[in-house]
Amino acid sequence: MSAPGPANPGSSISYNQNSTPNGGAAPAYQNGPAQTNPSVYPPTGYYGAPPLQQSYPTIPAHSNPVPSKAPLTNSGHSVNYYQNNHQQQQQHHHLPQHHVAASSYSASPSQPPPPSITQYNQQPFQQQQQQQQQQQHPPYTTPGSYYGQQQSYQAPPPQQQHPSLVPAPASGTGAPIYPIVSYPSPQGSSQYGTLSSMQSTTSTPGVMPVQMGAPLHQYNTSQPASTPPVQPGYGVVLPSQTAPTVNGQGSTAQTTVQQHYDQSHQALQSYDSYGRVIHSSGGADTERTPSRTPSTSVHSSPGHHKGMQYGYVANSGASSAATSGPAASAAVAPSSSSSDEDDDDDDEEDEEAGGDTSSSTTGSASPVPNNYDSLEGGNYPDSMPPANDMTNQAQPYGNYGYPSMQPAYLQGAAPHTDSSPAHDLYGQSYQQSSQPFPNMSQLSAALGGLSGVPELEVEALRPVNLLQERNLLPPRPLEAPEPNLSADLKKVNCSPHTFRCTLTSIPQTQALLNKARLPLGLLLHPFRDLEQLPVITSNTIVRCRSCRTYINPFVTFLDQRRWKCNLCYRVNDVPDEFMYNPVTRSYGEPHKRPEVQNATVEFIASSDYMLRPPQPAAYLFVLDVSHNAVEAGYLKYFCESLLKNLDKLPGDTRTRVGFLTFDSTIHFYNLQEGLSQPQMLVVSDIDDVFIPSHDSLMVNLKESKELVKDLLTSLPAMFSQTRETHSALGPALQAAFKLMSSTGGRVSVFQTQLPTLGAGLLQSREDPNQRSSSKGVQHLGPATDFYKKLALDCSGQQIGVDLFLLSSQYTDLASLACISKYSAGSIFYYPSFHYIHNPAQLEKFQNDLERYLTRKIGFEAVMRIRCTKGLSIHTFHGNFFVRSTDLLSLANVNPDSAFAVQMSIEDSLADSSLACFQAALLYTSSKGKRRIRVHTLCLPVVNQLSDVYAGADVQAVTCLLANMAIDRSISSSLSDARDALVNAVVDLATSYKSSVSNLQQSGLVVPSSMRLFPLYILALLKQKALRTGTSTRLDERVFAMCEFKTQPLQQLMRMVHPDLYRLDNMSDQGALHLNDTVVPQPHLLHLASERLSRDGAFLMDCGNVFYLWIGKNCNDMFIRDVLGCNNYASIPPNMSHIPELETPLSERVRAFLDWLQDNRAFSSTIHIVKDNTSAKTNFFQQLVEDRSESASSYQEFLQHVQRQISK
Amino acid sequence: MEAAVFILSLVDCCALIFLSVYFIITLSDLECDYINARACCSKLNKWVIPEMIGQCLSTVLMLVSMHWFIFLLNLPVAAWNIYRHLKVPMGNMGVFDPTEIHNRGQLKSHMKEAMIKLGYHLLCFFIYLYSMILALIND
Repeated sequence: MSAPGPANPGSSISYNQNSTPNGGAAPAYQNGPAQTNPSVYPPTGYYGAPPLQQSYPTIPAHSNPVPSKAPLTNSGHSVNYYQNNHQQQQQHHHLPQHHVAASSYSASPSQPPPPSITQYNQQPFQQQQQQQQQQQHPPYTTPGSYYGQQQSYQAPPPQQQHPSLVPAPASGTGAPIYPIVSYPSPQGSSQYGTLSSMQSTTSTPGVMPVQMGAPLHQYNTSQPASTPPVQPGYGVVLPSQTAPTVNGQGSTAQTTVQQHYDQSHQALQSYDSYGRVIHSSGGADTERTPSRTPSTSVHSSPGHHKGMQYGYVANSGASSAATSGPAASAAVAPSSSSSDEDDDDDDEEDEEAGGDTSSSTTGSASPVPNNYDSLEGGNYPDSMPPANDMTNQAQPYGNYGYPSMQPAYLQGAAPHTDSSPAHDLYGQSYQQSSQPFPNMSQLSAALGGLSGVPELEVEALRPVNLLQERNLLPPRPLEAPEPNLSADLKKVNCSPHTFRCTLTSIPQTQALLNKARLPLGLLLHPFRDLEQLPVITSNTIVRCRSCRTYINPFVTFLDQRRWKCNLCYRVNDVPDEFMYNPVTRSYGEPHKRPEVQNATVEFIASSDYMLRPPQPAAYLFVLDVSHNAVEAGYLKYFCESLLKNLDKLPGDTRTRVGFLTFDSTIHFYNLQEGLSQPQMLVVSDIDDVFIPSHDSLMVNLKESKELVKDLLTSLPAMFSQTRETHSALGPALQAAFKLMSSTGGRVSVFQTQLPTLGAGLLQSREDPNQRSSSKGVQHLGPATDFYKKLALDCSGQQIGVDLFLLSSQYTDLASLACISKYSAGSIFYYPSFHYIHNPAQLEKFQNDLERYLTRKIGFEAVMRIRCTKGLSIHTFHGNFFVRSTDLLSLANVNPDSAFAVQMSIEDSLADSSLACFQAALLYTSSKGKRRIRVHTLCLPVVNQLSDVYAGADVQAVTCLLANMAIDRSISSSLSDARDALVNAVVDLATSYKSSVSNLQQSGLVVPSSMRLFPLYILALLKQKALRTGTSTRLDERVFAMCEFKTQPLQQLMRMVHPDLYRLDNMSDQGALHLNDTVVPQPHLLHLASERLSRDGAFLMDCGNVFYLWIGKNCNDMFIRDVLGCNNYASIPPNMSHIPELETPLSERVRAFLDWLQDNRAFSSTIHIVKDNTSAKTNFFQQLVEDRSESASSYQEFLQHVQRQISK
Repeated sequence: MEAAVFILSLVDCCALIFLSVYFIITLSDLECDYINARACCSKLNKWVIPEMIGQCLSTVLMLVSMHWFIFLLNLPVAAWNIYRHLKVPMGNMGVFDPTEIHNRGQLKSHMKEAMIKLGYHLLCFFIYLYSMILALIND
C-alpha cells in the first residue's frame, strides 16, 4: 500500500526487493526464490512444526454451534449469554409464528390476564374520571406556555394537578385546529390515494411481512370505516386502555407485558371504534399533506404548525428534495403502516433481534449522512449551527410552500383562542382522542416530582459526627441512592448500574452546585451485559426533530399525536407508525410502546445510520515474539486460549482474523484458503512498513479455520529458539493499522517489553530509587505523541487497539497506553508475568483472555450523551476520542468499560422539575447489524442545598473525584491531586456546616448520605494510583490510573474500598435463597485490623481478587471443612482455590463466593492468606483505616480534616 | 527609517489580526461541530509557530527602534506565546490537542484567548498606524 519503491507493492516481488537490502535477520528468511514464491517459508525454519498441527486433537471445533445465527453476542440479554442463547434462539424461532417479536416480552399473547390487572388500572382510572370531568369545562380557556405548566405542576399534590393539566394538552389537541393552518394543496379525494401511489415505489401491498400479519387485519377492518368518530365505541375503550403512562418494565417487563397483552385482548373490540377516531382526524390531515415525512404525523396542533411553518419558509430545496423519496413512503397511512417491511431482512432480524418488531413503514427523513456525527445525529447532517435548528427541523416540508409564516416558534403559546371556533366542530373527536390518553396527567404528576419520601430524605440528611460515630458501614454493600421521584418514574428509570449521577437531585443553578461543593457528573456503563433488553425493529426511530433525542419514557405526550421532548422541550409529532403498539398489537397507544416503557432499549437501525455497509467482525492479533516474550512464555497460553475459543469469537460468517508477530522484524501470516499450511512473510524494513500481500493476511475465519488452527498450534514452537531481543512495536502497530484500515475492527497487541526499534521507540524513564518518594511522581504522561497519533488514526478507521502488557520490567505504560486510550481499547497489565514463577498472574491472564475473546463487541461505534437544556458536558473520562462536544467516537465498544463525564449547569434549570440524560450508543454488532442502544436517566431538579445533599451518591462522587484526581495528577502533579481530594472533604464539611446543619455541634459533621465520603477519599489516597511514600512501580501506578478511568463504578468501588466479611461464623440469618442454594449474607466489616481477630477467617473482596485471611487461631473445623486441610499449619502457603467439599460450611462459603462472583465480567482469583505468606502485605495494605508507614489512619485523617475546617 | 519600521510592524500586525480571526473561526467551527477535533487542531497547530514568530518580530522591531512603550506592550504577549508553546506536554500533539480540547473547558479558554488577542492586535494596529503617520509627517 505504502510500499516505497516498487510498483506493485502487494506482490511478493516487492517484499523481496524491500527486504533484501536490509541486512540483519532478513537473510534467514529470504530463502524463497526471489521471483517465484518468496513467501513460502521453508519447513526447515521456524515452520518445522507442521506435524504438531495434526496432533492437536482437542480443538473444540464445533463445540458451540450457536454463533452462526443466534444473537450470541448481539442481543446481550443476559450476562452469561452463552447459556441463555439457546433459550433465546428458540424464542426467536417462535417469533414469526406468534407475530410478536419481543424477546424480552416473552409472554405469549394468549396468556390469561394476570391478577394484577385491577390494581394496575386503579389509579389511572381515577384520573381518567377526573379528566372526564375536566373536559366538561371549556378546555381551551387555559392559556399557558408549556413551561408555565410545569411550574404550576409543582404546587398541587398529584391528584389535584389534573384539573390544571388536562386543559393544556387539550388545547393542543389536533382536531379543532386544522382550519387555521392553510394547506395549499388539498388533493386526492381518497385519503391515502396519493400516499399509496408514492409508497408503491418502495413496497407493494403484497409484500406484507409475516410478522405483521395479525395487526394488519385489525387495521384493515377498522380502516374502511374511517369516518366520523363513533361515540359509543369509545366507552369500550376507556376502561381497558387506562394504563398508566409510565408503568415501567425495567425489571418486571414480563408481567407488565402480560398486562399489555391482556389489555390488547380486552380492548380488541374497541379498537375499531377507537381506530376510527384517529383515522377520521388523521385522515383529514394526511389528505392535505400527501407526502409528509414520518415524523410529521397526521396530527398536529396550531402551536406546532407555526413552528414548523417557520421552518418551511427558511428551508426549501435540496435537502427536502433529497428526503422526498423516503418521505413518500413515510406518510403511509395507518392501513399500510404495517405493510412495507423490508422483507429481505425480515426473518433475519427477527431471529437475531427478537425485536419488538413494530410496524416499520418508513424510510427516514434525513438526507444521506456524510459522517458519523450526523449519523447518530446531533444536528441534521447539513450541520446547521444549533441556532438554526428551527429551520433545520422542518426541512422535509420545504416543498410545500406554506404561506406566510411568522417566525414564531412559540412552543408555549398555543393559540387557544384561534382554535375555539373549530372547537365545537371537533369537540367530540377531540375528547375521544384525548381521553384514552392518561399520559399527560400521569407524567405531569410525575413532573411534580417531589411528592417525595420525606423519611428517606431526613435520614439522608441526618448530621453525622464522624469523630463520634464509628460504625458507619451499612451491613450490606452500599446501593445507589434512589432519586426522589414519583413511583412511576422511579420504576421506569434507568438502572443505576448503567447510568448513575453523582447527585440524584440536580441543583437548579450552577451557584447552588458550587455551594454544595460536590462534583456533578455521570457514570456510564452503556454496553453492559444486560439480563434483558427490549430490542425494537422499526424503520422510523422516533426522535426529537430539534435535538435528536430518542423518544423515551420521560417525554410528555401532549395528546395522541404529539409529544414533547424532555431535553429541549420541543413539541414533536408522533409518526403514524408509532401509533401502533407491537406489544399490545393495538393502535393509538403511543405511550405504551416499548420505547416509552423502558429507559433502556435497543433499536435495530436502518441504513440511515450507516456510512458504509456494516463491517464484518475483524480481529487482528499482534504478538510479541522476541526473546523476552518467549521467556515469559505467554504465547503458548494465548494460543491455547484462542484455539479453545475460536468458535466463540463473536462474529458471523464474515468474521475475519489475522495474525502478526514481531520482534525486530515483522512477520505476517498468509492464511489464504487453499494453502496447505500457513506461510510466514517477513518484512524487515521497519522504517517504512508495507503490507506484503493484501487479501490473504486477514482471512475469513470460517474458510481458513484449519489454517488458523495450524498456525496457533505451531506458533509457540516456532519462536522458542529466538535470540532476538529487540522489539519493533511501533512499526508493528503501523502494519496493523494498514492491514485493518480497510475494514476496521479490533487489534489485540501483546507486548512484553519496552519498544526499542523503529518509530515509537521508548526509553526507560523510571528511576527505581524514586518509587517510594513522597515528593511528586514524574513521567505519568506519555513520552511521545506517536501512540496518540496512531490511536487517532486508528479511531478514524474504526480500529480499536487493546493492549496486553506482560512484562517484568518497566515498559512505559504511560506512553503505550495512549494507543488504547484514544482508540477506545482496553488495557490489561500483568506485572512480572511468568508462566512458571508467577502462577497467579498466569491464571489471571487465562481468565481475562477467555472473557476477552468471548465477550460481546460492538464495532464502529459512536456514543452521544445528551442532557436537558441548560446542562452541558464539561469533561470526559474514559477510553475514547471526543469528536465533538457531546460525541464520543468508539472504534470498538466492549461490555466491560465504563465512562464518566463531568457536567456543568450553564443555564438555570428552573424551567423544569426534571432533568434528563440520554446516552445513545450506535454500533455495529458482531453479526453485522447496526444497532442503537439508548439509556435515559431522569432526575429531579431541586433548589435547596439540603435536597442536593440528601440526594448525593457517595460512591459516584468518589469515582468521579478519582477520575478528576487522575487528570489532575497527569496535567499538574500528584501532590496537587491528593490535596484536591482532601480539600473535597474539607469543603463538603465546611459547606454543610455553614449552610445546612443548624447544630452548633463541634466535631466533623457531614450529612448521613455522605458519611462514607471521608473514608472513601482516604481509601483513594491509599490506592496505588495516588499513593505516595509507599514503593510503587511507575507502570503499576499508571495502570491503576487507567483502571480508574475505565472500570465500572461497582468494580472500582470494590477496588478502592474492598468489602470485608467474616466467614467462619456465618449464620443463615437474612440469607438469600437462590434456586436451591442458600447464600449467606455476612455483614460488612470496617477495613481496620482491629476488626480482624486471630480466631476468625475473613474474606476480602477487592473486585478482581479475593483474599481469604485465616487467623492463626482459626478453629480447625472451618479449616477442615472449607479448605480441606487438617489445621492451620497444614494450609499450603500459596493456596489459591477453595476445594469443593461436601460439607455444609464449604457449600455456604462457595455459594457466597459464587454469588459475589456472579455479576462480574472477569472472574476473580482467590488467595488464601496466612499470616506468614507474601500475600499478607497485599491484604493488609487494603485495610485502609489503619495507619501505614506513610499514610495516616482514618482517625488521624478525620482530625486533619477538622483542623483544616477550623482554620 | 522610523516610518519603515512602522510600516513593517503594520503589515505584521495585519497578518496577526488575520491569524486571530482564523483561530476564532476555526474554533467556532469546532464548537458548532462543522469540523472534527482532529482537523481543527492540526489546522491550528500549524499556525502556532508563525504566530509566535510574528509576535516576536514586532517585539524585536520595537526594541531595535527603541520604542519602549510599544515594546513593553508587545513583550507580555510574545512571552505568553513562547511559554504556551514550551509548556506543551511531551505526549500532546501541540498547543491544541484534539484529545483534550473538549475537556475542562479548554475550547472556551482557547476561544477567549483568541478573542483577547484579536482585540490586542487591533489596538496595536491603530497604534502602529498612528505612529506611522506621525513618522511620515515628521519626515
